[in-house]
Parts: sequence; structure tokens; C-alpha cells
Amino acid sequence: MEFLNEFLQQLTNGLALGSIYALIALGYTMVYGIVKLINFAHGDILMLGAFAGYFVLTYLGVTPMVYLCSFLVAMLVCALIGVLIERTCYKPLRNAPRINALITAIGVSMFLENGARVWKPIGPNPKQFPVLASLQDFSFFGIKISGVQIVVFSVSLVLMVFLHFLVNYTKVGKAMRAVSHDRNAASLMGINVNRIISMTFAIGSALAAAAGILFATAYPQVEPYMGIMPGLKAFVAAVLGGIGSIPGAMLGGVILGVAETLSKGFISSQLSDAIVFSILIIILIVKPAGIMGKNVSEKV
Amino acid sequence: MKDQIIKILGFGILILAILGALMYFGIIDEYTTNILTQGGIAVIVALSLNLISGFTGQLALGQAGFMAIGAYTTAILVMRLQMPLYFAIPLGGLMTAFFGLLIGFPTLKLRGDYLAIVTLGFGEIIRSLLNNLGELTGGAAGLKGIPQFSEDMLFVSLISFVWVFLVMLVIILMISNLIKSSPGRALLSIREDEIAANSMGINVFYYKMFAFTLAAFVAGIGGGLYAIVFGYLSPKTFEFLKSCEFLIIVVLGGMGSIAGTVATGFILTYLQEFLRFLEDYRLVIYSLLLILMMLFKPAGLVGIIEDIKGWYRKLREGKTVNKGGEIR
Amino acid sequence: MTILKADKISISFGGLKAVTNFNLDLQARELVGLIGPNGAGKTTVFNLLTGVYQPTEGQISLQSRKEDALKLINNLKPYQITRLGLARTFQNIRLFKDLTVLDNVRIAYHFNVKYRALQAILRLPSYYREEAELEQKALELLRIFKIDHKSQELAKNLPYGEQRKLEIVRALATNPQVLLLDEPAAGMNPQETQELMHLIRFIREKFKLTILLIEHDMNLVMGICQRLIVLDYGQIIAEGTPAEISKNPDVIKAYLGEEVASDA
Repeated sequence: MEFLNEFLQQLTNGLALGSIYALIALGYTMVYGIVKLINFAHGDILMLGAFAGYFVLTYLGVTPMVYLCSFLVAMLVCALIGVLIERTCYKPLRNAPRINALITAIGVSMFLENGARVWKPIGPNPKQFPVLASLQDFSFFGIKISGVQIVVFSVSLVLMVFLHFLVNYTKVGKAMRAVSHDRNAASLMGINVNRIISMTFAIGSALAAAAGILFATAYPQVEPYMGIMPGLKAFVAAVLGGIGSIPGAMLGGVILGVAETLSKGFISSQLSDAIVFSILIIILIVKPAGIMGKNVSEKV
Repeated sequence: MKDQIIKILGFGILILAILGALMYFGIIDEYTTNILTQGGIAVIVALSLNLISGFTGQLALGQAGFMAIGAYTTAILVMRLQMPLYFAIPLGGLMTAFFGLLIGFPTLKLRGDYLAIVTLGFGEIIRSLLNNLGELTGGAAGLKGIPQFSEDMLFVSLISFVWVFLVMLVIILMISNLIKSSPGRALLSIREDEIAANSMGINVFYYKMFAFTLAAFVAGIGGGLYAIVFGYLSPKTFEFLKSCEFLIIVVLGGMGSIAGTVATGFILTYLQEFLRFLEDYRLVIYSLLLILMMLFKPAGLVGIIEDIKGWYRKLREGKTVNKGGEIR
Repeated sequence: MTILKADKISISFGGLKAVTNFNLDLQARELVGLIGPNGAGKTTVFNLLTGVYQPTEGQISLQSRKEDALKLINNLKPYQITRLGLARTFQNIRLFKDLTVLDNVRIAYHFNVKYRALQAILRLPSYYREEAELEQKALELLRIFKIDHKSQELAKNLPYGEQRKLEIVRALATNPQVLLLDEPAAGMNPQETQELMHLIRFIREKFKLTILLIEHDMNLVMGICQRLIVLDYGQIIAEGTPAEISKNPDVIKAYLGEEVASDA
């Protein structure tokens, strides 16, 4: 019984962490689906989003209204930054070998991290992230659900439902799917490919920003390198779910979060990263296209 | 083709002799010597990556992980089993090659970015394991006091440099000899077009494995040298960023160019040290340079050299035209 | 003597049947044309024969060089099939673009090279001996197609027609018994096509080849093929001599459409 309780508790924690990973993974998967680029700077967008939220909360005070506002501000700021990066750094390389864009992405990632370190308002030292005092913990059948977790669940749920609606039932979403399926054909059908790609970066970055605030709320500390590990893991989640697949990214994120907390809780907290990455390798070997990905064979 | 070996060896030994002499007489100080040694190690590991990515066309992002296996194996063999360095370093390489085989076997059958993703994950696993293997690897604190190439404090830098440089020469020779041969051309054909290579009778999987395992071996040797030269190892040294650094060296040097990798390896290592006066701004400038380079000069050093040749040619042509004008 | 045989091979992609019950019986030294409208599945047949795709049904067998028997090649990888003596060219030219013309040909010789990586790294005499031989053989082959003077140029810098020729040279370098040519005359002008016809005849004699070719240029097909197989919607709709095929109503219908056929 004790074990079951502990298990359910870890499962809840895992679901919370997993929904944050899922939000980040969505950005990875959308960008990869549309321009075939592993956007290594994505984790750093998360960091910028967290800091945007941090500034809003420190200057305007920590109230639920401001907290909600911080999401809007961070998502807007990061969407703009995402588009800016795409336009200046990735767009000129769209027809270059893919490895060039990949290295540029690594460069952008390093630039954002180290730029943040030298930029006075952020600086190299970790800062305490302000958390709403009014958040209350709940308990269901002995399983504790913290107020933070409820915030995480509800925000990510709202965003994912929104994204699902956007991608599947709007014109923009249709255009996105078309561009990711075949960029040239989409362009011939009169879709403004550049605009759609920018839009994808904007949405992905906005989701990362939201994830950043959630991450900072759950682990209340912000610093310039905070995006690296969640970024890498979310990337793993995207691959796990099948890169390019939106439901795959959500599922992958949740699986990864659960796997991480379960291995932290039951195996070893230090080895959890190794376990997470081993899961990735095993899944890729067993099912190379990921859980919900499609196998594509090259035309000869 | 015979003179290629003589050229590389002759040129290499000449440089070694000059640098060695300058170091011996103190004209090159110990600080610079150490940077050059570090550069040599970076070149070795970057060459290994060039073998997989530049020549065979398979993107790998975990070279630091392989380097770490070589480094820790060598250090543990030397410290715990009192093995002589000259056995421990090759054994470290072999151990790394074994891991390369292990990782490559299931993943090299897959196409596309999978190798990149798996090697990235592998690098993280290795780092995480090193952090947590307790006494064997010293955990997060790492291993200290690894015996160095010489106990003579006065000359240890020089001796280390000579060793690293010689190993680097051997590896350059090995890779350039390999590439200019039938098995080497098989690797190139895989980079160019896997399907066509397969249809020309090339066992694509076998040669990918071959390149990957050999590259792991070389990276392991690089790691072993690193352990001995610096006498200190920590898991932090081998993080993802380190793998990226090697990739950057290879790409900026020009994918598939040995000379480019060698030159860029030394230049970037020096640049990183040189930019130290910028303190925290160092990595900002470095990353900006990287982005600008990718945007405007993606062919890397090879591209720049081609440009300079072009300008030179134009300049000479311009001069002859001027001369003609004078005569008239 | 049968040299390459396909027995009711079929393949489908995601429920769509691309090739159905394809039969082939290539006799030694035959020159057979595989024709049909665009999208009929001709290249898919080539991909099946060379192991790029595995047939979902049916069997493919190739005459073994060592013994007098057909050997099943269904489950072999493309490189294994090539080594048994079945070489091909590609419709959408797949040269090793950034390598020299000479290297393109030398790569095709690779699996017959006896020295290993270690001998190459150590630069043992066997390396020098075989490399010299290799270069000689490659240049000779290039000479037949009159591109030996461009051996040091990068493949991507050759004009289109010569790229097609280089593809054939590369396939020949694997020392095949059977050669599959996928639209060798595509993009060539009439004069070049004429020249290519002579070349194909010539290499067939010189290397004692059996040739199966896909081609849209009817002059070429009718001119050199002894036998034609017509494919439409993944199925054989006719088979016979060029003269028979040109009169076959089904073929005319497949090529020109229902109405025109009934008018004619």
C-alpha cells in the first residue's frame, strides 16, 4: 500500500514535470517538422522566457493577475526573439547543408547563454524566482498535489488544447501542415512559406517561454544555463514521441517526465539522467521513427 | 603518392623541431606550450570527428563522451593498476573503440539524424555515469594526481607537447593514408550517396561501423593524452559543449579537410585562450564569430584560403595589365 | 540460358500496389527494353531486382557465376546483388558528385580490391601495386566512353550527357553479367542518343553483357532491343518483338489513352 502510494505520488510529480517537457518538446518537434532543424537554441528561449516572467513578477509584485500577465509578456517577448533568430540566423541557411544550420543553432544557443551572463539585469548568478504565496496544496487519497503542480497542469493543458485547435482547425494550421509535408508544393499552392515558418518559430518559442515560467515556478530559481538540461530532455521527448509529430511530442514529454521522476524515486536520483537517455537509445533502436512517428523511406 | 607521407612527416617533424627548440630555450613560454599541447589534443579528437562526419557524412554529437571514456580508462589503468602510460593510452583507445562498436551497431543501420541524437544521448549518459561511479571515477570531483609524462617539473610541458604532437602526426598520417585508398574512397562514397554506394557493391553498414569505431579509437587516444597531460579529470570537462567544440573545429576547418581541421584546431584553441582577457564576454564573441562564419563563410578555412588564392590571382593579373599599360 | 529471372514479384506501398505479378526471364546476352507510361512502375521493378526494395511476394534469381545454377537473390542487400553481377544506373543520376570522375569509377572496383585498410594505412607494396592497376583499368573503361581526359574533374562538373555515360562506366566497373540501364538517353539530343545506341551495342559485345533497359525514346528502344516488355499500372500488358509491340492495341491504348486508340 505504501509502495502504491509512493508510486502514485511519483507518477503525479512525473506528470507535472512531463507536461513542462511536453510544452518544450512541441517547439522542437514543430520546428523540426517544418525546417528539419534541431534547434539547439530552443532551451535557451525557455531561459529567456523564465527571466521575462521573473522581471514582470519582481517589478509588478507577486499577485495571481500579474502571474498570468507574466505568461503573456514572456510568450510575446520570446515569440519575437524566436522569429528574430529565425529570420537572421536560420533563414539565410535554409538551402545550405543541414549541418551548417545545426552549428548556427549551437552558436545561437551559446550566444544566448553567455549573452545573458554578461547582460547586467540577468547576470551569471542564480536568482530566486518569486512564487505565488496563495498557492495551496491539495490531497486526494493520500496523494499530495501541490498548488504549483495544479498551475502546471492547467496552464499546459490550456496551451496544448489551444495548439491542437490551431494546428488542426485553422487555416494557419493547415498551412503549417502543408509546409511541413512538402515545402515546395505548399509554396506552389500559394502559401507564404516564409511567413508560416516564422509563425512556427513564434508559436514554438511562446510555448517554450510558458514552459520556462512553469519550470521556474516548480524549481524556483533562474539562471542563464537553466535551459540546457530541460532543452536536451525535451528534445529527447520529441524524438521519443516521433519527431515532427505534435501528439508524439506531448506523449513523449509525459513519458520522459514520468520516467525521470520514477527513476529518481525508485532507482537513483543521480543516475536518472543516464536512465532517461538510455530509454531514448533503446526506443530508437526498437522503433526508429519514435512512438508516433512515421517511417519514411527515401525515393530512389 | 609516396611523397605525401614524406611531405607530412617531413613538415611535421620540422615544425616539431622548431617549436621544441623554441620551447627548450624558453622563447616559447610554458603557458604557450600548454596551449599548443591542448591544441594538439583538440586536433586529434576533431580529426576523429572529421572521419565520421567529414569523410563518411554521418553527423555525431558525442565525441566528448568518447574522449571521456579514453581519458578515464587511461587514468584508472595508470593510477589503480600502475600500468605504464604507453600501454594505458592505447588500451584506453581500444576500450573507447569497443564502446563505439556497441553504440554504432544498432544505430548505424538507421538513416538521417539518428546517429546525431544517439551519440548526443550517449555523451550525456557517459557524463552522468562518471558523476556517479563513486570511487572508480571520483564522482563529480573527478580524478586528481594522474601520473604525467615526466616527473621533471622543468620539462614536463615540453615532453607532453612532443608526445601529443607525435601522436597527432601519426594520426594525421593514418587518416590521410586511409582516405587516399580504396577503403577510404568507400567512406567518401557513403557520404556522397548512400544508395548509389550500396549499388556499387559497397557494404555501407560495414564501412560506417569501421569509420565510427576507428573514430572512437582515435578520440579515446585523444582522451588518454588529455588525462596524462593535465593530470586531472572531471566529468564537467566532457559536457555537451565540448562535443560541439569539436564539431565547430571540423566545420570551420572545412568538412573533410585534414589540413583545415589541424589549422582550425590550433587556431580555435589559441583564440579561446587569447580571448580570455574578455572574461565573460569571451564566449559571447566566440559564439558570434561562429554564427557569422556560418552565415558568410560556411566553407570554413578552406573557403577562406580559396578566396585568398582568388584575390592573389586577380592581383597578379591586375599587375600584368598595368605593366602592359606602361609599355604602351 | 536464363540469367536473371523474376517470378511473380509484387510490391505495395501502404496498400497501393506498385508492381503486381511481374515476370521476367532474361536470357544470356539478350537486350530487352522495359517500357510503359510514366508511373507505370518501371523504376520500381529495377529497385526490386537490385534489392533496394524487397518484394512482398515472388522470387528473384540470378545466374551464379561459379556454378551453373540460378541463385535466389530475394533477401540480399543491394551491395550483395551487385557483387553477384547485377549492376545498374539511376534514372535521376546518382553520381558521387563531389568526387573526381576517376574516383567514381574506382569506387565501383572497390569490392574486388584485395588490399585492406591496414595495408593502405601502412602503405605496403600491395597498396601501390593494386592502386596502379586500378587506375589503369578505370582509365581504360573511361576511354571507351571518351571521357578519360576528364578523369580528374569533379563528377558534378561534367555536362549532362557525360554524367549519364559516367553512370554506365561506373556500373560496368563492377564487372556485371547483367546491366540495368534506367533511362540512359534521358536529356540527350538525338545525335547523342544515336551515339549512345552504338555504345550500348558495343559494350554488350565487348563485356558479353545481358542488358535490360528502361527508355522513353522509342527510336532507341525500337532500334536496339530484341524484345520489349510493356508495363502499365504495375502490370505487364504486353511482351514481344519491337514490331509486334508497335502494333499491339493494348500498348497503344496505354500510351495514348482510350479514345485515340479506338479512333485509330
